[in-house]
Amino acid sequence: MPTTSKESVKIIFPSGMLGSGFSEDLVSRGVEMGATAITIDSGSTDSGPHYLGSGTAKTAASAIKRDLRILLVAARHAHIPLVVGSCGTAGTDGGVDWVAEIALGIAKEERLTFNLARIYSELHSEVLVGALKAGKIRPLPPNDQVDTETLRSCEHIVGLMGHEPIVAALAAGADVVLAGRATDTAMVAAIALMHDMPAGPAWHAAKTVECGGQCSVSPRGEPGPVFVEIDGGGFTVVPLDENAACTPTSVAAHMLYENSDPFRLFEPPGVLDTSFATYTSIDARTVRVEGSVFEQTSQPTMKLEGSKLAGYETLSFVGIRDPHVLERIDEWLGSVDAVLHQRARSALGLTRDEYRFDLRCYGWNAILGSLEKETGIPREVGVMLKVRADDQDTATAIAQTANVLLLHMPLPGMNHLPSFAFVTSPAEIERGPAYEFVLNHVVEVADGSELVRTSMSEVSGA
Amino acid sequence: MPDHTTTLDAIATQVRSKNAGPFWMTLDVFFTSDDEYRFVLESLVISPAAIGDLYQVDPARVRIFELANLHVIKVSFPRNVVAGSFDDRDLHAGQQHVLLAGLTVPVRPAPPGAVMTEGSKGSKVE
Repeated sequence: MPTTSKESVKIIFPSGMLGSGFSEDLVSRGVEMGATAITIDSGSTDSGPHYLGSGTAKTAASAIKRDLRILLVAARHAHIPLVVGSCGTAGTDGGVDWVAEIALGIAKEERLTFNLARIYSELHSEVLVGALKAGKIRPLPPNDQVDTETLRSCEHIVGLMGHEPIVAALAAGADVVLAGRATDTAMVAAIALMHDMPAGPAWHAAKTVECGGQCSVSPRGEPGPVFVEIDGGGFTVVPLDENAACTPTSVAAHMLYENSDPFRLFEPPGVLDTSFATYTSIDARTVRVEGSVFEQTSQPTMKLEGSKLAGYETLSFVGIRDPHVLERIDEWLGSVDAVLHQRARSALGLTRDEYRFDLRCYGWNAILGSLEKETGIPREVGVMLKVRADDQDTATAIAQTANVLLLHMPLPGMNHLPSFAFVTSPAEIERGPAYEFVLNHVVEVADGSELVRTSMSEVSGA
Repeated sequence: MPDHTTTLDAIATQVRSKNAGPFWMTLDVFFTSDDEYRFVLESLVISPAAIGDLYQVDPARVRIFELANLHVIKVSFPRNVVAGSFDDRDLHAGQQHVLLAGLTVPVRPAPPGAVMTEGSKGSKVE
């Protein structure tokens, strides 16, 4: 697809997550409104470190396939590009290939032919070790500088690509782009920037629509696809569902969502500043935004995400309804804690550095922990024991050792042995590997494509 | 609660919390009108020290933003534990807003000539 200058670009952004479902009719409406492209996000770190650590997706393949089929068919019939960012939730190389396999299956079933670009942004730890030694890695607040051991401990590391690799793939003739980890904004920004729209509106529009209809209000409460037009002076956004509406407040408020700073957003090539943006109603459902500016940085960067294997976990859960125990629940929890540590040593021969466990008391202070201010005796509690060790068997052995304590621990002074309420047999449930995010850093790059790999192929479903 | 104070969620329409990435938490306090927004801002109850105390974070790391056009006060600070790590109690930081919502704030003085009635959330002005 040649890069041609246009007056504006029109983009359909169906939802914040490929696989979450959206209306096929509304996507069609966007096509009828003259969409230049369809773009969608397929990943995030919101759901925790497991997906990047394990290289698996949060969404079911069937859900991805359902959504992707609608978008591929719509995009191919309209001869417009489709760009999917952060494939496979974490955006690993495997995630890109997983979505690509699903796309190939759809191409065969729907008899579609297209040029496919796969853009990989997974990074090898040794490349980053080199970058670290060359002084090219910086921590983001509140983190300290990373060390080589931490880089090498990651199961997977990805860099968040911006618009450049996507633009390059489209300019090279891709009809469908499946990208690894990318910023939420990269897909829309790529379409706008390759058609020479100004950077401020391009990135601000991208940020506004990255969760689909969450920038709108809907009577049904369910955000649907949105349609954004970016031009030389700003952008205009409207939800594709006629019962929903974008308002100046709903659009402006989206800059608050999941951002620590509502005015300055860091993107790979620089900073989006929305401090002086104006939000105006064009009609009851449509909003015009102008005044966003983009400050290009002289040193582009790529933000890094890394997840390491942190151990294996086993959980147990027990319920307590006895008011005599509940009025001394902290004492009860303290007893279980102390005795379990003793038995981990005496029965299992473990030292304190070989395991960790925690008792989370739901109905009491599980969610806020020591921040909890309210008092009063709960009616019932659920106690979750969470055990982590270097291997699954050790974690489970500790949970098994805890079984009799969770089931029967008496309070001091009790003249009988109580029994509490397990839900399952066995009481302990193996959770498998546990991962943790360990990188909140950026790496300096020569340009946005330096650390990214693109592979093009022709898909023929005929 | 003393007569002259109430909680933030009695004045704000919504207080919400969410992660801003795995390392930061962000809270938004929404007001329906400029009056209520200005009143809470000028009362200085939402301060780095107050947030630091509620959430046990270093006040020097707390960022507070005033969005006058939207009548929103935004508060952001680094999470004490990284999202999804062993000690995490709230993966999305979705329930942490209750601490801010319960912050003690002064009751807005009634404009002259107003009739005071008792409601379930304290005094209200008719």
